[in-house]
Amino acid sequence: MRSASSALSRPLANAFLAGAVLVALLPLLLVVINAFKPHAAVVANPLSLPASLGPDNFVRAWSGGKFSIAIVNSLLLSGTTVMVTLACASLAAFALARRKIAGWQFITVYFLCATTVPIQLFLFPLYFIYAKLGILGNFAGTALILSAINLPISIFLLRAYVLSIPQELDDAAFMDGATPFQTFRHVILPLMRPGLITVAIIVFLNSWNEFLITSTFQKGRDNITMTLGYLSMNGTYATDQGALMAGAFILIAPVIVLFLVLQRFFISGMTAGAVKG
Amino acid sequence: MKRLSVRTYHALFVTPALVLSIAIVLLPALLTFGAAFSNWDGVSAPSFAGLNNFSSLFADPVFWTAIANNSLWTVIFLTIPMGIALLAASLLMRRQRASAAFQAIFLLPYVLSPVANAMIWQNIILSPVSGLLGFVSKNVLPLQSPLTQPETALYAVAAVDIWHFWGYLTVVFFAAMRQTPEEQLEAALLENASGWQVFRFVTLPNILPTLGLMLVLVTIFSFLTFDYIYLITQGGPARATEMLSTYAYKFAFTSFQVGKAAAVALVMCFFGLIASVVYVRISRASLEL
Repeated sequence: MRSASSALSRPLANAFLAGAVLVALLPLLLVVINAFKPHAAVVANPLSLPASLGPDNFVRAWSGGKFSIAIVNSLLLSGTTVMVTLACASLAAFALARRKIAGWQFITVYFLCATTVPIQLFLFPLYFIYAKLGILGNFAGTALILSAINLPISIFLLRAYVLSIPQELDDAAFMDGATPFQTFRHVILPLMRPGLITVAIIVFLNSWNEFLITSTFQKGRDNITMTLGYLSMNGTYATDQGALMAGAFILIAPVIVLFLVLQRFFISGMTAGAVKG
Repeated sequence: MKRLSVRTYHALFVTPALVLSIAIVLLPALLTFGAAFSNWDGVSAPSFAGLNNFSSLFADPVFWTAIANNSLWTVIFLTIPMGIALLAASLLMRRQRASAAFQAIFLLPYVLSPVANAMIWQNIILSPVSGLLGFVSKNVLPLQSPLTQPETALYAVAAVDIWHFWGYLTVVFFAAMRQTPEEQLEAALLENASGWQVFRFVTLPNILPTLGLMLVLVTIFSFLTFDYIYLITQGGPARATEMLSTYAYKFAFTSFQVGKAAAVALVMCFFGLIASVVYVRISRASLEL
């Protein structure tokens, strides 16, 4: 009985996985092949292979998406978000893991609630506060919002690393006359390195891809990010699908390369907290 | 100079994170509560409105359409991507060597930005002119774009979002399944258990906490869903894909009725809050509080 059913289920399982791979990759393959085709060829058959590999579509996409300005803004925005998040989260993670301050339970529960707090709960008043302060479109101002959103999950990820560092190391440093900041800087921080890398990658990816906050706060032609620049091509470039696909290629290719190289960190960061032992 | 106590140092360490979170999240969140009970255009001084914002919402059929759409979205996301991910993760359990490659491929759509994903699907898949759908429609059988039909638009947007999301669930479930004790799996093998029996009696009980957590998170995010809807249909056609999030966004930034936007935000949070309470309950145990 068993051999009969598994003889049948094995090919079925393989077919399911093959189908899943095809579904995941097909839209991305369509981007790659159509990024090199002129509009007429895309419309005639989106599945046909390109006749040549010219860069024309990419040149039009680069200027159409204003990517020269956008890439600077995106790097500034995501880079600042990563720095602010890492600095605040690593210090807080250390303090919360060591439980020396009164009310650590309260603060931990506060950040736990903040991990799932909806952006819409604070978005509208925050926007009008930013408008009043005149910092709409300011990448540093927007980076603070993205940092605040990424803080809770980063704190919990790093806190797990601090918990795995024995308290005796702190005590030994204290006996040697180190201040708690020196202990943090020279003992804890180096031991947290894999966690810091994971957090940096996840926060960078989150802010690079983020849409709701970025599109609401980065108003103005000079403040657009890569995603907003590409979005501005929608509609106006409807009759130039080749350029649209080249724009998508420019947007997704670096992320895919980064993901494939740093997979281990991506997967540990994204599943952290989700898997209960 | 007097040395600061260890306690003071640690209090200083937690201060930047706390100040940032309070300034960006907590205080504006409290203002949202205030705004929900006010008339406010975002610029001039707000005036107290009592429950007016809520009563006009409850009288607006669009509000109920949005609630119904969010509920349908929740049902779709609690079933389809969950089912696909559980099946895919169980199948990966028997293919340990190839699993890394499969995981990487399944996760690709998840690491890409919603803007890129939405534009790709709109233009090269679902467009009746330039997309795969248009190609099939011209050469095989005539099809209408599902995005232009009120009956199908929500399912079409959900399909794009599921395409982007299911790989994440698969990777999470697979990571949980891998923690199943080896002896249990070997015992099942000795008993000649079928694939379904292994899943039902060995894997499923082991991943139950993770599964529960994912059900809660998917429920929360389903009531907050914004990106794909706003990017692909903006709530149309004829409000067929209007969600609470897009409905609130239009109040705040199109008609500048910030009080109403805040009231909708509170309704969204109410659904999220119910799920959050469950989530905190589950998480507390594992955080050793």
